[in-house]
Amino acid sequence: MINKLVIENLKHRWVRTLLSALVVGVQVMSILTLIGLSHGLLEQSAQRAKGTGADIFLKPDTHGTFSFSGAQINERFVPFVEKQPHVLQAVGVLSVPIEVVNTLNGLNFSEFEKLNGGTQFIAGGPPHGANDLVVDAYYAKQHHLQIGQAVKVMGHDWRLSGIIAGGVLGRFIAPLATLQQLTGNAEPPRISEILVKLDDPALTNQEVTRLNQLLKGNLQAISVADFVSQFNINNIPDLKAFIAVVTVLAVVVGFLVVFLSMYTAVVERTREIGILKALGAKPNTILGILVREAVVLAIVGWVIGLVFTFAARGAIMATIPASLPVVNVPAWWPIAAAIALAGALLGAIYPGWKAARQDTIEALAYE
Amino acid sequence: MSSAPTMNPVPATDIIRVRDLHKTFHTGDVDVYALRGVDLNVGRGEFLAVIGPSGSGKSTLFHILGGLAPPTSGEVWIDGLALRQLTETQRTEMRQKKVGFVFQKYNLLPTLTARDNIAIAQTLGGSTTRPPDFDEILQLLGIKQRLSHKPRALSGGEQQRVAIARALVNQPAILLADEPTGNLDTENSNAVLEILRDLNKRTRQTILMITHNPEAAAFADRIVAMRDGIIHAA
Ligand SMILES: Nc1ncnc2c1ncn2[C@@H]1O[C@H](COP(=O)(O)OP(=O)(O)OP(=O)(O)O)[C@@H](O)[C@H]1O
Ligand SMILES: [Mg+2]
Repeated sequence: MINKLVIENLKHRWVRTLLSALVVGVQVMSILTLIGLSHGLLEQSAQRAKGTGADIFLKPDTHGTFSFSGAQINERFVPFVEKQPHVLQAVGVLSVPIEVVNTLNGLNFSEFEKLNGGTQFIAGGPPHGANDLVVDAYYAKQHHLQIGQAVKVMGHDWRLSGIIAGGVLGRFIAPLATLQQLTGNAEPPRISEILVKLDDPALTNQEVTRLNQLLKGNLQAISVADFVSQFNINNIPDLKAFIAVVTVLAVVVGFLVVFLSMYTAVVERTREIGILKALGAKPNTILGILVREAVVLAIVGWVIGLVFTFAARGAIMATIPASLPVVNVPAWWPIAAAIALAGALLGAIYPGWKAARQDTIEALAYE
Repeated sequence: MSSAPTMNPVPATDIIRVRDLHKTFHTGDVDVYALRGVDLNVGRGEFLAVIGPSGSGKSTLFHILGGLAPPTSGEVWIDGLALRQLTETQRTEMRQKKVGFVFQKYNLLPTLTARDNIAIAQTLGGSTTRPPDFDEILQLLGIKQRLSHKPRALSGGEQQRVAIARALVNQPAILLADEPTGNLDTENSNAVLEILRDLNKRTRQTILMITHNPEAAAFADRIVAMRDGIIHAA
C-alpha cells in the first residue's frame, strides 16, 4: 500500500517526476558514453596493434606506457634488429599524433606488407608516390573520400591511394621518408617504434628477454600480447581522473535535482504528511516514502540513461565513427545505477528528514 | 496516580477519563491557557458532543485525546491507557490502534482512491483484518459505489463519509470528530450526523464529536459545553 502511495505521488506530479528522471538519465548517459568511448578507443588501439601482424614492439627505453614523445629511435636500429636470429622482418614506424585521438603512421609499405602478410584494400592500393596516403574505411566514410582525391592531413596535401579496413596500426599510413621530412625527423632519420616479426611466434617471450638484454638503454621490447593487455583504463591516470570527475558531477547533479524535486514535494504535501502522521505513520515511515520515491526516480532515470546511451552510440557511430569509436560496456550499467542511486538517496535525506519531523497538528492546518 | 483524590470514582465502563487537564501554549512572551482543568468521562458506546464557542479549547482537547499533542498537566486515560507518560512513539502507536479521526476538512490523500485511502489507514495501523461488520459500515455510509474514485471526484459529503470509513477501519476504541460537518451544507450535514448516530447505535462505537453548532450536537446522546478551557455540564 505504501508503494502504491509512492507511485501515485510520482504519477500525480508526472512532469516533475519525468524531468527529474530525465536529468538523472542524462547523467547516466554521460558516464556510460564516456566509458564507452574510453573502451572504444582502447579496444581500437589494441586491435590496431594486433592488426599489424607483429610479434614484438620495440620502443625507446623509457618507463611509461604511452609516451607520444615522438621520434627517439635512430632508423639505423632497424637493420640491426633485422639481423638478429629469429627476426623475420623489422619495420620502423614514425607515429605522429593528429586529431587528438588518431595517429598518422609513416612506414615503408612494402616492408610492412611482408610483416602483415599482405594488406586487404577495400579500394585502391598501396602508396607509390611520396605524397600518397592510405586511410581506413571509417575515415573514408566519415569524410566521403574517393580514391585519387586530394586529402589535407597535418597541413599537407596528400593523394588518396588506398582505403583499408579499420584495425591496422592506425587511421593513416604514409611513406616514412615523407613524414620524416614533414616532421623534421629526417636528419638523422628517426622513428618512434619498430615492429618485429619472428620466424616462430612461440619464441616471442624468449626473444623479448633476449632483445631487452641486447638493446638495454636504447630500446625496450614488449610482446604485442603484453602491450595490448596494458590497454586498460586503470593504466591511464588522466582518463581515470576524468571519469572520476564526471562521476562526482553526476552524483552532485543527481543529488541537486532529486533534492529540489523532493523538497518541493515535501512542502507541497505538508498536509498529506500530517494526515499520514495522524493515521499513525512513524517518522521512519514518512522518510521511507520519500526515499522510495527517490529510488524510483533513480531507477527510471537509469533506464532513460541506458536508452539515451544506446541512442548516443547509434548517432555517433552513424556520423563520426572515425573520431569517436563508442562501444557498449554493460559492466558499467550497475555502476551507473549505483551512481544514480547515490545522488538520489543523498537528495532525499534532507527533505525526508524535514517531512518526518514536521509537527502533525501544524501540518494538518497547512493550507 | 490521580492528582485529584477528591474526585468521584470513575465507572469502569468509561472509555475516556480526563482529570484536571491543562494545556498551555507558550507563544513568544505570552502564555495561552487553552485548557484550564478539564474533567470529562465518556462511557463505552456513548455518543458525546462537545459544544463551545470559538477559542474555547475544543480542538486542543481533541488533539490531546487523539494523541496528537501531549498535555501540559493532568491525567487522561483512553481505553485504560494513561496518556501523560507516553513518548512521541507511543502516542503514534496509540493513534494507530485506539483512535479514528474525522476532520472538518476531510483530509483524504488526494493521490489515492477512496478505497486506497481506507486501505492505507489499515496498513499504517498495522492490521491485516477489517472489522467483521465493515462491509455493513460501507453500506451504511453509502460509498460502496464511489470507492474507485479519487477525492476530487467526490462531493464533500462523500469525502467525509469516506473519512469516517477510514477512521473505523482499525476498530478504534474511540472515534474523534472535530467539526465533521463544518464544511457541509445542511442536507449533507444531516446525512453525516445521522450516519454517526446510526453507527453508534448499531456498532456501539464510542464517538466524541466536537462542534459549535447546537443542531449538530443534538444528534448526540449527551452534550457538554466548553468555555474558556473548562467543561461545564450542559
Ligand atoms: N499551537 C498553538 N499555539 C498557541 N496558541 C494556540 C495554539 N493552538 C491553539 N491555541 C489557542 O488556544 C485556544 C484554544 O484553541 P482551540 O483551537 O482549541 O479552540 P477551538 O475551541 O477549537 O476553536 P474553534 O471553534 O475556532 O476551532 C485559542 O485561544 C487558540 O488561539
Ligand atoms: Mg477548533
